[in-house]
Amino acid sequence: MWGRRRPQGRHRRDFISPEPAFLLESEFPGTNVGRRGRWTRKLCMTNCPTLIVMVGLPARGKTYISKKLTRYLNWIGVPTKEFNVGQYRRDLVKKYKSFEFFLPDNEEGLKIRKQCALAALNDVRQYLSEENGHVAVFDATNTTRERRETIYKFGEENGYKTFFVESVCVDPEVIAANIVQVKLGSPDYVDCSNDEATEDFMKRIECYKNSYETLDETLDKDLSYIKIMDVGRSYLVNRVMDHIQSRIVYYLMNIHVTPRSIYLCRHGESELNLKGRIGGDPGLSVRGKEFAKSLAQFINEQNIKDLKVWTSQMKRTIQTAEALGVPYEQWKVLNEIDAGVCEEMTYEEIQENYPLEFALRDQDKYRYRYPKGESYEDLVQRLEPVIMELERQENVLVICHQAVMRCLLAYFLDKPAEQLPYLKCPLHTVLKLTPVAYGCKVESIFLNVEAVNTHRDKPENVGVDRSREEALRTVPNHL
Amino acid sequence: MWDGEEDGQENAVPCSGDRFVQVCMTNCPTLIVMVGLPARGKTYISKKLTRYLNWIGVPTKEFNVGQYRRDLVKKYKSFEFFLPDNEEGLKIRKQCALAALNDVRQYLSEENGHVAVFDATNTTRERRETIYKFGEENGYKTFFVESVCVDPEVIAANIVQVKLGSPDYVDCSNDEATEDFMKRIECYKNSYETLDETLDKDLSYIKIMDVGRSYLVNRVMDHIQSRIVYYLMNIHVTPRSIYLCRHGESELNLKGRIGGDPGLSVRGKEFAKSLAQFINEQNIKDLKVWTSQMKRTIQTAEALGVPYEQWKVLNEIDAGVCEEMTYEEIQENYPLEFALRDQDKYRYRYPKGESYEDLVQRLEPVIMELERQENVLVICHQAVMRCLLAYFLDKPAEQLPYLKCPLHTVLKLTPVAYGCKVESIFLNVEAVNTHRDKPENVDISRPPEEALVTVPAHQ
Repeated sequence: MWGRRRPQGRHRRDFISPEPAFLLESEFPGTNVGRRGRWTRKLCMTNCPTLIVMVGLPARGKTYISKKLTRYLNWIGVPTKEFNVGQYRRDLVKKYKSFEFFLPDNEEGLKIRKQCALAALNDVRQYLSEENGHVAVFDATNTTRERRETIYKFGEENGYKTFFVESVCVDPEVIAANIVQVKLGSPDYVDCSNDEATEDFMKRIECYKNSYETLDETLDKDLSYIKIMDVGRSYLVNRVMDHIQSRIVYYLMNIHVTPRSIYLCRHGESELNLKGRIGGDPGLSVRGKEFAKSLAQFINEQNIKDLKVWTSQMKRTIQTAEALGVPYEQWKVLNEIDAGVCEEMTYEEIQENYPLEFALRDQDKYRYRYPKGESYEDLVQRLEPVIMELERQENVLVICHQAVMRCLLAYFLDKPAEQLPYLKCPLHTVLKLTPVAYGCKVESIFLNVEAVNTHRDKPENVGVDRSREEALRTVPNHL
Repeated sequence: MWDGEEDGQENAVPCSGDRFVQVCMTNCPTLIVMVGLPARGKTYISKKLTRYLNWIGVPTKEFNVGQYRRDLVKKYKSFEFFLPDNEEGLKIRKQCALAALNDVRQYLSEENGHVAVFDATNTTRERRETIYKFGEENGYKTFFVESVCVDPEVIAANIVQVKLGSPDYVDCSNDEATEDFMKRIECYKNSYETLDETLDKDLSYIKIMDVGRSYLVNRVMDHIQSRIVYYLMNIHVTPRSIYLCRHGESELNLKGRIGGDPGLSVRGKEFAKSLAQFINEQNIKDLKVWTSQMKRTIQTAEALGVPYEQWKVLNEIDAGVCEEMTYEEIQENYPLEFALRDQDKYRYRYPKGESYEDLVQRLEPVIMELERQENVLVICHQAVMRCLLAYFLDKPAEQLPYLKCPLHTVLKLTPVAYGCKVESIFLNVEAVNTHRDKPENVDISRPPEEALVTVPAHQ
């Protein structure tokens, strides 16, 4: 969304200029820059691309942070890509032999590793300068000042802002846990026993230690960076330059690695669900109330430590939570997507009254904004504080709504904008998300209380001149 | 935002006029303890942080020990009061610190305060230990905020901004005051023990270095501390001005109708041109222009001929079922709602719409970004402008919905000392008045005339 010029489209129905105005995305997700007609001066509104450079010994969580940060930035609408130099090395050197590859006096090894770093930087340049990427995360050890100088110069030459993220950790338990989580299963160790792999990897870490130059408050005082110490116990932040760096710092300071699970589900079936109507603020149906009781039972059986329960401020989620008999918190921002003029309509009625809008929505369901309502894109922006707080928390159950749940799920499962509005989030089904390695394990638990299907797939024909039948083909059954 | 209720007391269904529970950020109160030599910005940070937290709905109060000292020792004589071997001085200063802590305890434990900011030098580990124990005994979470600065220019500028005008120096010349104050700082330097990465590794704190060039953050414990850290890392002291105004008069304004997405009236378009002229004349360096995503602010910005950014969160308050109605129509169709709104205009939520309280929550990212930015012009709407203004001028929730934000008037806000200077510039294009004062009778049984007595004139 950032730095992209996008012609004002049908989505911006509230735009008034008779001539098309170009909308330039600005620094902040959720805002647009408007100009009318021709440029009269060179716009310097858009940020220059940002190059994030990871720093740290092996098994300090660099790739974990890279992937997580990339996932978060893409979700909030900042095109981001990570470049893992280890992966380049694996692609080049087909078979990993041993830690000796990483010995500081291994000429052949050094040559290959430098080649890989340069190949990765070249791809970074292509992504940021030619492919409209906005942030690139350069994931490698980058443990010497010399290597970081090279990368910084590369950034300067190309007009990128460079931001370093260093992870420092000396706790042997943490490092051992990391090795178990993500190294033992690495392609490098596919033919080794766990003990062999661990032993080799510890020696690999040793190869880096002698030449390791941590970011220094004095020597590196002119660089922009965050130094994360002991998995987030403390942070040193230096020279944050702009909005995106500020958001990155805030995000990094809120994530943690304590094991926990996040439970996502929708409210119980509602009266309007039964009738195939969208939105509104209805109460639960008979089956919806049954689901609430089943949910209470399920939660009890799971025996979750210190579970927090969150709902929206709409009746159907609150009624569902009430059955649990535990305290819960209501978030207005968890309210279902506002369908504006289409609130409480059936899809048949939308087709009848707003056939054009209906087709436009099918053409771009993520960005389409209901007249006087919201788009999925708007939803993501208003859900960002929920994601931030979910990152801070441990065990949480979020009782929400179909579109809201799709947005949250897309964040955890790294689903792109095109897929997000079509993620399947059926009623009466709990999704249990547990962070594992670099991603998220999902368990889907149907709580055995029947409910209507509310999922409408994208129809084949999304043209504005399509027939009524073609538009309504994928509408699920209802009363 | 915050509800002091215990868990489990919320209603099953929120109704209009009721308070509702937002995120429960902390259960125990938070004690923020400032640390630093004099003239390092502690009081500036205390006041700003207090203002921010109150605006987002966290009841916060600051306790300035220097003020307690001024109340006790009526007349300040000289820096010698602060000499480390001045027994009398030490005794009085300790007394003041304890009196302030006692008031902290009353605020947090008896008056439903949620955050207390204890503003004093607190430069010795021993003093901080005492305060930390006090926090523990009372069940508070303690968070230290230290400001470290060695740049003599910054310190000199601080002295000019806030010390020369202090009651302590009311009878001195600027030179005398500065000389005395520098000696006052010296009194603290020998015993100053900065927060240390090793010795203080179990404390929760943020250390701000060189007015925000870098930060050391240790053991952030909960949501509110995380928000405080984020806020402190985004504020700056570079001189700049923020310009707030509404869109030009709209077609619905003329008819006395609220909300909607109308275009500008003839006079509204004139205003837009006047605004362009005004902005040009002001010759503002690197001005950023922000609008909402509604036609009337966009049309206003278009006249400026410069790039502008549209924020959806700057859209006017959603009046739900009352959108595009006149107040007369609201009284006719929703007399009960109309009365409830007058009873608590800040928290009242239009059916299917929003409250001012909701508006503050959605405007928080705007405030955060305004803090990061320098010169900005925000073209917005009446309710939105009231919320932003309340933040800058530290107006409480009861006053916020009645702040006067007339059409065609630019408010120029310039941070100065501990607050904000406001200049109001009417751009000389007439417009309707859209300000409805709180009527005398807010009872649900009131007759229509009493409900409508404060409605401004319209077509």
